[in-house]
Amino acid sequence: MLKAYYHLLVRDLRLALRNRHELANPLIFFVLVVTLFPLAVTPTSEALRAMAPGVIWVSALLAVLLSLDRLFKQDYDDGSLDQLMLSPNPLMILVLAKVSAHWLLTGLPLVIIAPLLGLFMSLPSEAVTVLIYSLLLGTPVLSLVGAIGVSLTVAVNRGGVLLSLIILPLYIPILIFGANAVDVASDGLPVTGQLLFLGAVLALALSLAPLATSVALRITAAR
Amino acid sequence: MLEIQSLECVRDDRLLFSGLSFTVAEAQVLQIEGPNGSGKTSLLRIICGLRQAEAGKVLWQGESITASREDYYANMVYIGHLPCIKGDLTVLENVRALLDTRSLSLSTTEIEGALAKVGLATYEDVQGKALSSGQRRRILLAFVELSRAKLWILDEPLTALDVQGVALMESMILDHKRAGGSVVFTTHHGMQLDCEMSSVQLGRKARLQGVE
Repeated sequence: MLKAYYHLLVRDLRLALRNRHELANPLIFFVLVVTLFPLAVTPTSEALRAMAPGVIWVSALLAVLLSLDRLFKQDYDDGSLDQLMLSPNPLMILVLAKVSAHWLLTGLPLVIIAPLLGLFMSLPSEAVTVLIYSLLLGTPVLSLVGAIGVSLTVAVNRGGVLLSLIILPLYIPILIFGANAVDVASDGLPVTGQLLFLGAVLALALSLAPLATSVALRITAAR
Repeated sequence: MLEIQSLECVRDDRLLFSGLSFTVAEAQVLQIEGPNGSGKTSLLRIICGLRQAEAGKVLWQGESITASREDYYANMVYIGHLPCIKGDLTVLENVRALLDTRSLSLSTTEIEGALAKVGLATYEDVQGKALSSGQRRRILLAFVELSRAKLWILDEPLTALDVQGVALMESMILDHKRAGGSVVFTTHHGMQLDCEMSSVQLGRKARLQGVE
């Protein structure tokens, strides 16, 4: 079972590394949106600091949303998804492998580049640390919950709008708590509560989302 | 081995078949026949458990395939219309990726042997996107050959194959039957199998019976 997880993870990472331009898309989007904001508003450091948590979190969320399509689309189009569903291994494990690969390829790069953008938006260093933690806890949830939506819409042509409608309401709590944690930290207040909430949501998503995704995939395949 | 009990399939409000029952024993080769749109692919997907039937059961070794899922999938291999081939992976990696879904780790020599058998020797390191559609189908043949499955479910396996490819598929099926394996397949191309073969007929007649 672990082997099946590992093999699929490696396969997806290898496929992504051979298709690098696609890999860079969410990251470039993220950096572009965040760097364009100060140009459009009065770039005083107070103004930037006030809006930095929101801007960074919204951009990260949209970057993940834009990359979600990649999660199952190719496998659905070429029939590999059928083979995954016919695997003697639990489909949940395989879904988890695909979501892990997705997070490593989109979420993790965002977490790595975020501190730089935080400093650029003149966030204090304590807030930058919290930004890293909140993204580290929040972006896996975005991938996990996104997988449910993608598995329901992968068979729909141009399902992008539908996907956003399904997913965004579920993303909103993550956005609120993630951005709020950074906001509160830049005021020098404790943020344990927000981070604990994000951690709890991550644990919940980790245990339930793969199950929901595999059920949704079976429904999609049955059409 | 495999038992189909009074299956019924409806697609877009049209009844494709109902009350369909048959069994597949060891070393049996069964062809599903019928015109386009008669539900051959739907039937095969129901047998695989990829699609839900409106009514009826599919039993593997006497147990429903949802109950015996793990054992069933370990002993069954399916190829459908789609090639399952990744353009960015090499032929060898593609075969490995397919075998990994079945948790089979075979040696490179073994895989190369199968690739040579399907006429893809020296193609191991060629990327999938450089292959013709016939060659992609041949990768699937190598996968079926290596899958160690007792039951082969082949949906139009001859698509895009040339004359030698068809002959290869025929000989593979015969060898598999000789080894005690079973095959369920559909095809619109003439497959000359030099062995005992049964068939299930889908189509207008079945549909009319259902409508009454």
